Amino acid sequence: MEAGTLPRGGRSSLERSPRARLPDRLMRYGLLGLALAVLALLVVFFFILVSDSQDVFAKQGVVGFLFDNDWNPSRDQFGALPLVVGTVITSALALVIGVPIAIATALFITELAPARGRTVLTTLVELLAAVPSVVYGLWGVFVLIPNLKPATQWFADTFSFLPFVGGTVAGPNYFIAGLILAIMILPIVSAISREVISTVPPDHKEAALALGATRWEMIRMAVLPYSRAGITGGAMLGLGRAIGETIAVTLVIGNATTIGKQIFDQGYSLAAVIANEFGEASSDPLHRSALLAAGLVLFILTLVVNGIARGFVVRSERKQKVTSLAVTEAEA
Amino acid sequence: MSALAAISPRRRRVDRAARGTVFALTLVALVPLVLVVYYLLLKGLGAISVDFFTQDPTGNFLGNPGGIKSALLGTLELVALASAMAIPVGIGVAVWLVEYGRTGRLASIVRFFIDVLTGVPSIVFGLFIYITLVLTGFLDGSFAGWKGSAALALLMLPVVARAGEVVLNLVPDGLRESALALGAPRWRVITRVVLPTALPGLVTGSLLAVARAMGETAPLIFTAQATLATSFDLNRRMNSLPIQIFSDIQNPKAEIVQRAWGSALTLVALILIITLVARFVAARRSTLTA
Repeated sequence: MEAGTLPRGGRSSLERSPRARLPDRLMRYGLLGLALAVLALLVVFFFILVSDSQDVFAKQGVVGFLFDNDWNPSRDQFGALPLVVGTVITSALALVIGVPIAIATALFITELAPARGRTVLTTLVELLAAVPSVVYGLWGVFVLIPNLKPATQWFADTFSFLPFVGGTVAGPNYFIAGLILAIMILPIVSAISREVISTVPPDHKEAALALGATRWEMIRMAVLPYSRAGITGGAMLGLGRAIGETIAVTLVIGNATTIGKQIFDQGYSLAAVIANEFGEASSDPLHRSALLAAGLVLFILTLVVNGIARGFVVRSERKQKVTSLAVTEAEA
Repeated sequence: MSALAAISPRRRRVDRAARGTVFALTLVALVPLVLVVYYLLLKGLGAISVDFFTQDPTGNFLGNPGGIKSALLGTLELVALASAMAIPVGIGVAVWLVEYGRTGRLASIVRFFIDVLTGVPSIVFGLFIYITLVLTGFLDGSFAGWKGSAALALLMLPVVARAGEVVLNLVPDGLRESALALGAPRWRVITRVVLPTALPGLVTGSLLAVARAMGETAPLIFTAQATLATSFDLNRRMNSLPIQIFSDIQNPKAEIVQRAWGSALTLVALILIITLVARFVAARRSTLTA
């Protein structure tokens, strides 16, 4: 802009007048304001959530709230251990069931499927993400629970020597909740794994094949080690989803405020208790603050899990510089 | 063949077994999809009739349970308002990230927060709006449709912004530089060159966000609540499909449960249509800028 410098009124003839530059400023700082507003909003929400949940922390202490095994709103007892345990058990089950299947679909789509089948399979797996949580809940209550009862009872009887298995199978239980969560996290874990696996350099794979490796050996020695960090990140993002999932879990976990002795017992989760007891709590400030505290725990928990997950995914993306729309879409 | 060592039968077996397992697990992944669709059609189609879409739910336990008119219209209203709030802001943030923030420190902080928002459970967004807008009785009244929309907008915002950023990054720098070289100011480059080029991708990202918001139940429990009658007043409680399904599931009466299946089929069909349109737009985009 400094090229043709014939000063006229103190500025270059090529420079725009201050008035003509105004829209530029407006756009730049307007958009910056928007971006900062989003940050500010999140911070404000966090602090209000913290301050509104103080009542219950003042009464029971943070440790008492998290680790007392006594959730009884009618006696003003808010020990959330049964809820925390329920959240942990169901999310762990979701990972155990969902992640291997998600990785398998990702491997099949990227490495083994014929080229024509790939798009179809990808779309089908992603359709799982289009089904809303409440519909999975509906399906869980009226299809899964009645139809799986005999099979799970047989499993509980036959494998009662395993820890946390055995006894009478309750209708709604931890296992059903974990199973539904597994289905719900499958698309995102699969999409990220697929994305990561497709960045494995062809050189690595061809080198393995040239050395005489079979397809599976190539996957095991070249593909999986290269994409391990990314797949771990994907699984963690799935974990974040599972922890916060509310409605489907509320419908199939049984909503019992006791800690189940085995995975086919009824239980409760942090998210489910908020959705369920919200109505009755609106007139009782202590109860309400307990539910907000449960929300706060969920918020912090998902922040930590997602932070770690992002770390893994970013690390694997840096290996091969890719920004992927597919991942963003899968998260939608 | 003679010069190469043959693959031992054991390795061949392992290979076949492993590939078989991977294939089998892929099939397992499709089982829930097939089952959900099957049961939605099996149980949902029976519930659907003209009355189903033209009657409000009656709320009666005995007799005619009514249809889902208020829920269907409510969902459309809530999501429309949420989109009006989230899409411009989301795209604005994406434009700032790509055109101004770039790789600076502030931009990476904003990016981090957007990522954080993506991972926040939807129920927590509901609580955010509940404590700031509902508990405080903001703009007279407690529960209101627009507060539900605000919760849904929070949920959509990071999705729109993230997808927008990816798409805007795909716009070739050559286009920006040509426009700048012709003397166009920055804001015109953005509004006349960058945004139109990226439009199909922005539409796709926004539609996917809409599809996600449409199926959300948890944030609406604390914000828009529910009501039986059709309402066009966004400052009142408002019914929605997910909430209607959620309450119908917990009802012991068969007709009402059947209404839940019909509503679920309607909701999934709506979401599927939006997703397919998004994919269609995305497919056209890839021929434009890939």
